[in-house]
Amino acid sequence: MAEQPAIEIEGLRKSFKEVEALCGIDLEVEAGTVLGLLGPNGAGKTTAVRILTTLLPPSAGTARVAGLDVVRDSAALRARIGLAGQYAAVDENLTGFENLEMVGRLYHLGRSAARERAAELLERFDLSDAGARLAKTYSGGMRRRLDLGAALVARPPVLFLDEPTTGLDPRSRIALWEVIEARVAQGSTVLLTTQYLDEADRLADRIAVIDHGSLIAQGSSDELKKRVGGERIEVRLEDPTQAEAAIAALGQLAAERPWVDDGTIRVPVRQQRGAIAAAVRRLDTEQISIDDIAIRRPTLDDVFLTLTGHRSENGEAAQETDEHQADPIR
Amino acid sequence: MSARYAISDTLVLAVRALRRIPRNPDLLTAYTVQPVMFTLLFVYVFGGAIQTPGYGSYADFMIPGIIVQQMSFGGFATALGLVDDLKKGLVDRFRSLPMSRMAVLTGRTLSDIAMNALALTVMIVVGYIVGFSFDTSVGEVAGGIALCLLIGYAFSWVFACVGLLASTPEGANAFGFIAIFPLTFASSAFVPPETMPAWLRTFAEDINPFSIMVDAVRSLFVGGPGGSDILPCVAWCVGLIAVFGTFAVRRYRTAVLA
Repeated sequence: MAEQPAIEIEGLRKSFKEVEALCGIDLEVEAGTVLGLLGPNGAGKTTAVRILTTLLPPSAGTARVAGLDVVRDSAALRARIGLAGQYAAVDENLTGFENLEMVGRLYHLGRSAARERAAELLERFDLSDAGARLAKTYSGGMRRRLDLGAALVARPPVLFLDEPTTGLDPRSRIALWEVIEARVAQGSTVLLTTQYLDEADRLADRIAVIDHGSLIAQGSSDELKKRVGGERIEVRLEDPTQAEAAIAALGQLAAERPWVDDGTIRVPVRQQRGAIAAAVRRLDTEQISIDDIAIRRPTLDDVFLTLTGHRSENGEAAQETDEHQADPIR
Repeated sequence: MSARYAISDTLVLAVRALRRIPRNPDLLTAYTVQPVMFTLLFVYVFGGAIQTPGYGSYADFMIPGIIVQQMSFGGFATALGLVDDLKKGLVDRFRSLPMSRMAVLTGRTLSDIAMNALALTVMIVVGYIVGFSFDTSVGEVAGGIALCLLIGYAFSWVFACVGLLASTPEGANAFGFIAIFPLTFASSAFVPPETMPAWLRTFAEDINPFSIMVDAVRSLFVGGPGGSDILPCVAWCVGLIAVFGTFAVRRYRTAVLA
């Protein structure tokens, strides 16, 4: 299929007075896929989204969304995109239904179509019961769902979600992910910014990592993880003094020399298939008893650390891997 | 096509702004209880001490003045609403929609007219209770009411700019009280300027556009001098709308979340 990319960005730059927020970004997003734009706070993610949704003019470079130029065709483009920003942009003094109806009217769906669509979205987002209540009585998760509903009112072919799950509890996050996945299954293209590595890992077909306004890597989640060094086996021994013997026994499996760290032997492997079984056999032959053995694949957090030299600034994902891994891969 | 959308988008957003009023008791109070309270205070506390030669009663003199003052503050809802929209990210949503770019402003200012009409009705009723009465023809009264609403609409655009420039509701509030409140008092709204010190009298009579507006409305409601102020009053309103409207629309186009 020679379909035109849903988003094409070339040499995109944006500077605010003395600060350069985007320093020349090139990026393409295929129609019907999800691109995860990953980066720490202040990396330029939101600036990119604001340019692509016509809220900000670029300083230089071009960007086309759904085949339309974000500057020249901005008016036509707005009918083809949906935006859910970092703040749940709902009118607290309107009910959930009124919020969606208003957005439908502003997309010029017509009064009755706007009402039908509002009711449909409330249903889909599990807000039917709350539809007649003022949005100010909603919980954070409900507001986010309403906000995402507003972005979907016109069934836009391209959807921009700027940190859609920031500040949500785990259950609401998963619920929101499911909605986004359903939307993609129906053919929408999604550009999603996030600081959560697990979010990008789960939702995105391709991931672009930006830091300080520059694109520092892109690829599928697996490709990025490979760049960091592939899988490795981690073994804990019942008797730590046998470490040297174990390293000798596992040497043939290793892609590079294993090392010991915090009582755990780490063995980068050439291929994952059968690696655990082979390792167990070899250690067993040498009569070295195993306390624990596992295959460890690099996480996006490792990717982030390797690429940017600092950890993702966000919470759980980063901390979790911290505990597993005392020594970053180089 | 786009003109039709500009109108329908404006109406959608005007309805949105009006829906908020009964759900927000503070705002509703500002349009009903507050003007009643000020009217009663002025008539009964100051009324006896203020001489207004040429008018039947202090109420006849002061009611048109306090109505114009209330009109000039009616647009405050627009300022607060815009500050809120900017802060909550709603402006970003609106700007990403294929809607008329002016509609957020024209919708809000249009809803102010409805709220001002409500306040105006309340004040006329209270005015009648405290001794005010129209002394002019039906046509003149109707003209006066239209003029009041025009004045209110002009100030809505001033407040639209305030809302777009202020980063907090408190900031918008401070502007209202520091810039507009004193202006309404240093005018012919509550006392005849002849009793003021010479420098202030010069300001109130010759410079303050608020006096022109009050005198024009007063002449249409209860007669007396001031008929010659009607055209200048309309000119001031049109001028305010042109200047502040242009600025507000420009500012809105580039409004960026701080």
